[in-house]
Amino acid sequence: MNKLTHLITDGYAWFESRFPITKMWRDHMSEYYAPKNLNIWYYFGALAIVVLAMQIVTGIFLTMNYKPDADLAFASVEYIMRDVKWGWVMRYMHSTGASAFFALVYLHMFRALLYGSYKKPRELVWIFGMVIYFCLMAEAFLGYLLPWGQMSYWGAQVIITLFSTIPIFGEDIALWIRGDYVVSDITLNRFFALHVIALPLALLGLVVAHILALHEVGSNNPDGVEIKQHKDANGIPLDGIPFHPYFTVKDLFSVAIFLLVFAVIVFFIPEMFGYFLEHANFIPANPLNTPEHIAPVWYFTPFYAILRAVPSYSWLGDQFGGVMAMGAATLILCFLPWIDRSPVKSIRYRSTAFKLLLAMFVVCFFGLGYLGMQQPTDIKTILARLFSIGYFGFFIGLYFVSKHEKTKPVPERVNYK
Amino acid sequence: MRKIFFLIIFWSVSFSALAAGNGHPLDKASINLSDKASLQRGAKYYVNFCLGCHALGYLRYNRLGRDLGLTDRQVEENLIFTYDDEGSPTKVGELMTIAMDKLYAEEAFGVVPPDLTLIARSRGADWLYTYLRTFYVDESKIWGVNNAVFPNVGMPHVLWELQGLQKAITEETIDEQGNAHQTIVDFELVRAGSLNPEEYDQVVLDLTNFLAYAAEPARLQRYKTGAWVIAFLLLLSFVTYLLKKEYWRDIR
Repeated sequence: MNKLTHLITDGYAWFESRFPITKMWRDHMSEYYAPKNLNIWYYFGALAIVVLAMQIVTGIFLTMNYKPDADLAFASVEYIMRDVKWGWVMRYMHSTGASAFFALVYLHMFRALLYGSYKKPRELVWIFGMVIYFCLMAEAFLGYLLPWGQMSYWGAQVIITLFSTIPIFGEDIALWIRGDYVVSDITLNRFFALHVIALPLALLGLVVAHILALHEVGSNNPDGVEIKQHKDANGIPLDGIPFHPYFTVKDLFSVAIFLLVFAVIVFFIPEMFGYFLEHANFIPANPLNTPEHIAPVWYFTPFYAILRAVPSYSWLGDQFGGVMAMGAATLILCFLPWIDRSPVKSIRYRSTAFKLLLAMFVVCFFGLGYLGMQQPTDIKTILARLFSIGYFGFFIGLYFVSKHEKTKPVPERVNYK
Repeated sequence: MRKIFFLIIFWSVSFSALAAGNGHPLDKASINLSDKASLQRGAKYYVNFCLGCHALGYLRYNRLGRDLGLTDRQVEENLIFTYDDEGSPTKVGELMTIAMDKLYAEEAFGVVPPDLTLIARSRGADWLYTYLRTFYVDESKIWGVNNAVFPNVGMPHVLWELQGLQKAITEETIDEQGNAHQTIVDFELVRAGSLNPEEYDQVVLDLTNFLAYAAEPARLQRYKTGAWVIAFLLLLSFVTYLLKKEYWRDIR
């Protein structure tokens, strides 16, 4: 036994002198000091990483039996569901994982809004996060084509058509994306390549950048005070505690709770009443037969509602106004660090005006999300327009409110218990 | 492409209007996948009345047998009526495909009868249960019948010998725009079948139950496995909660 211990320590020393394993562990785990007052809103980032890992692992197993071929794709998914041992678990974990990923990322982003986590010095953390969000949207859209059901096919058709509304180059861009004049086997093949290699690779790199940028400046907290301003004699923040073991055990608990909810969905309601797996997607793709109602999956519906809410102006090229509004609705988030000019980060010490603005934003976002799933009617279109104005109104309102905001005094140190 | 975009929008609106106009209320199908006798009867009805035209192209005979508590021998003797390319009976490990030629099918029915493996997932069990019970006499149609939940369907009433024939009782209703519609409110048997209405409803329920199973055989396993997974995760949550509490005791 003693010999074995020696072998391990010697081996570790050999490794360590050639690779900064101990340094990395210290920098990011055992000596990364995170504020001790982090609350429930700070769980979702770590959980999103868990889901990313899960998507990669289940994705690998799905790829072993999936066939990216217009004639075989649909049947190969059913083969996975029926003939591949535990294939149905892999498939439901992957499909539920996609929805879970977005749910977690939306909560994670909302946390940043609550506690001003995008503000100086964390602008770059926020920007990396936004790029992750864009990649995630692309990844979800590409992956949704792969089962080659009716909703896969026609959803892709509609979304790619959006690109063709771009003046002058639009048609060529759409043709370039599809690789064909309609969504076809060629489109399926390239979407598969992008979904399983290109975007996961980009996502992984961006997640590393997101975390490195965060650890460079340190974590924000619900009080929005910088813990690095008060350090002890050893240079350790007084309100900071080592990430490991304190937050690793805390996150471990959150992972268990998350998996509990996740397992309930995977094993008991994987279709989520048509919100996670749409009913029409159990019919093989048929280019000659348009489904009755084409709606994107729930995580895209707020932006889809904005797209439909914008009236068409022929001088803009019919739908281009809506497409631009949809693009602007996502891109505007990137500029939050500069739109919000208040020096106070946390909602705890901000004005009532800010709280009302944020409440309006939440109402509009959920309202749009609901309307994006519905068939448009006169009243619903008017509502969608109101909510769209509210959505953009939040950013405009924030720009002016935050400049002369009457804030409460921010404490010197964090509140804990 | 812009045209396609508008066509899609236009279609989606017009189709929904159509669907809303024809919305015959669906009856609730109280399916029960653990009722093996019902599933077995459903499988029997399916191979006798449906499998001639509608394949179950993603389901294997032996998988069906295993899940429904039948031996391979029982499946071969009672459920397999087709032959493979060499002329020998279809093997028990094969998918439940059909021999009907697509071109012939299109000529006979106007459309190729769809594969029904996943029909319970795309249409829903309630839809199937109602659909199979709402064929009514309509002499203007080729097969002499029409359907309340799927108007102008190309399928004949294959179960008529069991159900008999019924005629629709309609009522005139005025919609919001002031247009008159004939709405089917009830049915009246004009020719008795070999089963009484309660027996026929049970046959349809068995068929629906079977199709719900065929759409997702994993569902039988899913609930069982899920219960164990959740029991484990409850335990894990409890243990990790204690672990967290223990570590965080020294943080003030």
